[in-house]
Order: sequence, then C-alpha cells, then structure tokens
Amino acid sequence: MADDLPLILGLVLVAVAGTATVLVRDPVRQSFLLSLLGLALATVFLLLQAPDVALSQLAVGSALTPLMVLLSVRKVRRKARSERREEHE
Amino acid sequence: MSVLPYVIAAWLFLIGCYGLATSRNLIHAVGCLAVCQSSTYVLLLAIGYRDGGTAPVFSDITPGSRPVVDPVVQALTLTDIVIGATVTALLLSLVIQVAKRHRTVDPDELSELRG
Amino acid sequence: MSMRLRLCVLAVGGLGVAVLFVMACFDLPAFGGLWHPYGDRAVHAALARHTANTVSSVNFDQRAFDTLGEESILFASVVGTVTLLRQTHGEDRLPPEPVRVAPPVRRYALIALPVTLLIGLYVIAHGQLSPGGGFQGGVVVATSLHLLYIAVDYRALERIRPVGMYEVADAAGEAAYLLVGAAALLTGAAFLANFLPYGTFNTLSSGGTVPLLNAAIGVEVACGVVVLLARFLDQAVEIESEGRDDEAEART
Repeated sequence: MADDLPLILGLVLVAVAGTATVLVRDPVRQSFLLSLLGLALATVFLLLQAPDVALSQLAVGSALTPLMVLLSVRKVRRKARSERREEHE
Repeated sequence: MSVLPYVIAAWLFLIGCYGLATSRNLIHAVGCLAVCQSSTYVLLLAIGYRDGGTAPVFSDITPGSRPVVDPVVQALTLTDIVIGATVTALLLSLVIQVAKRHRTVDPDELSELRG
Repeated sequence: MSMRLRLCVLAVGGLGVAVLFVMACFDLPAFGGLWHPYGDRAVHAALARHTANTVSSVNFDQRAFDTLGEESILFASVVGTVTLLRQTHGEDRLPPEPVRVAPPVRRYALIALPVTLLIGLYVIAHGQLSPGGGFQGGVVVATSLHLLYIAVDYRALERIRPVGMYEVADAAGEAAYLLVGAAALLTGAAFLANFLPYGTFNTLSSGGTVPLLNAAIGVEVACGVVVLLARFLDQAVEIESEGRDDEAEART
C-alpha cells in the first residue's frame, strides 16, 4: 500500500485537475489548468514506468496545447474587441 | 487500488463529456475534448502496468533480469498524444474560422443563426 | 434543446457508459497483473532486432504500418490548419512593433534556446536506445525555436523561420517514411519491413530501419509543429481583419 501511495496521489491529482479544467468556464484560466493536467498526467505516466509517454505528454500537454488555446483566445477576443469599437464610432 | 486507475479513466471521460455538452464557448469545448482524450491515455497505460515492472528500455538493464511493463500500449499512447495535439490544432483553427464568419463562439448562438 | 433537457439526455448517456464501463472492467486484466502476452512478445521481438528501446521498436518496426497511418493523420491536420488559417481577402498583415524585453528574460531565453534545441536533437537521435524518439524530440525542437520570440521579438522569430521551407520539410519527412518503406520492397521484403542489418545492440546505429524511420518522424513532427504554431501566431499577432487594433496590443 505504501509503495502505491505516490501513484494514488498522482491519479487523484489528475482527476482533480481534469474536473477543474472542465468546470472553469473561462478559456484563459482553462489553458493554465490544462497545463497543470498535462504535468499531473506526465507524473502519473512516469510512475507507471512509461518514460517515453511522459516525455511526450510533458512537451505536448503542458506546453503545446495550452499555447494554441491561448493564441486562439487572443485571436477571437481581439476580433470581438475591434468590432465593438467600430460600433461605438 | 486495483480499480482506481480504471475509475479515474472513466471519470475523466465522463466529466469531459459533461463539459462538452454544457460548454458555452467552442474554445472551452476543445479543452474539454482534451480532457476526454487524456482518459484514454490513463486507461491504456493502466492496462499495461505490471507490479514491480520497470520501463521497457534495455539500454541500462540486462534483458531478462527484471520484469518490464507492456510496451505495446505505451507505443499506442505515445502516438495518440501527438496526434491528439495536431487534431486539437485543426479544431482550434475551425473555431477561429467560425469566429471570423459568425462573430461568436457560443454554440447556442450559432445554432440560432442557422435556423 | 433547453439546457435542462440536454442535461437529462447527458445523464442518461453518462449513466449508460458508466454501467457498461464497470461491466467491462470486470473482464479487464487486473491492474498490475502479470499476464501481458503482447508485451512479452513485443519485448522478445525488439531484443531479437537489437533495439534497446522496445517502445521505438513497436512504433517503427513491429507496428510501422500503423505509425504510417498515424503520421498521415498528423500530416493531414497540419495541411488542414494551414488551409483554414491562411490570410484571406480583407485581412491585412500588420507587423507588430518591437517591444523591449526585460534583460533577465532575454538572457535566460537566449541561454535556454541552444540547450533546448540540443536536447531535442539528442532525444530524436537516441530514440532507439533511451526513452524518446521522433515524436517527443520533434516537439521539443519546434518549441525551442519559439524561445527566440520570448527573448527578442516576433520579427527575429520570423527570420529563422521561413514557413515555406518548413512546409516543404514537413512533406519531405512524410515522403522519407514512405520511401524507406518502399525500399524494403526492392530487397524483396514486405512494405516497411526491417531490411537493414540490425547492428550491435545498444549503439546508435542499431535497430536496422528504426533510426531512419525515427528520424523521418522527427523531421515531420518538428516541422509540422513549427508550421502549426506559425499559423496560430500569424493569426493572433499579425493578421488584422477590417477593424484596426491598438498598436500596443499587437504584442503581449
């Protein structure tokens, strides 16, 4: 049981981070939680003796995906803002 | 302990589906889809785990000296993650196109527009 | 459909999935069990072909044809993103103003860039020996280039990143995978069979075609990710639609 403790904690952290990622409605905050979920998953994969997968998850899940989400948010919001300004003019 | 990884995988899938169904923002929905995807990683790696096993890499251990975990599911998960990221990119670019054309990323407003 | 009705439908579907999943779990091998027939055979085959990293052997030798399919999905989504996020009519390109970067950030990012690049290349090159390979190393190489955006500015990044070249290299990576597979046909073996000599176990040249396919994937993933990020950055930073934006907001 004591040997499994890190794995149990990691899995619980994954579940909590996953739940928070879904429940937070603002995409900007969501991207930070996505990157936390990526880190938690990478830790669990390491504990499950899958270093290849952990490496891949670390690069993709905690850097690439949140970055693309943030850039999309920026594009979409910027558009909305400039349109609002046009309506005011 | 023996069922916890499977339970977590199921939970991630269901909570991701809940997020997809109730999302008011398409970018948020893509994030929820990423949570759904991560459930498959947990499930696959949990199936391949072996008690007391080590990573299936023989550059620093003698073959046969220690039990190793299942490399097949790891290879499946590995490609799954990278493909998942590029598919996420494709979905996000679709969202940007939707925002350009319809000036909204709320799926409910979008279905009203069509009707 | 109202939100209430939608949640009811979701609850029914979710409960159904949960029940089926629990029933399926009883037939799954127990977590941590000792019975892994496929895993044992994959390890045996990898050792017979002198590949120290079994995961790479599965990806690029035993399941090389599946990896071709996965790589094609990757290629197709890069092509799709490039098509969707191109500059269209009524959109202007507005080069962002250079912004002063705090000296510690600049120093750290400029030191981290070559180190990260080197680690990425190492991870690709040692894919058949140690954990890593084309998929992981490719992403590291691609993201390391973007440290230049953090350290200097967007124009500096654009100078080392001619997107057209990376698009060509992306296609070349995909083509190289197919060509290595086709080369096996010339020797009379099956498509994507491991036809090269296996080499000495645990050296860089071991594993036959595994290092070649691994390198092809590395090139494709690295260039694909660079192209993807370039399209997203272009949209978020440079490309303007009709309404003009604040200059100050052109870069955050």
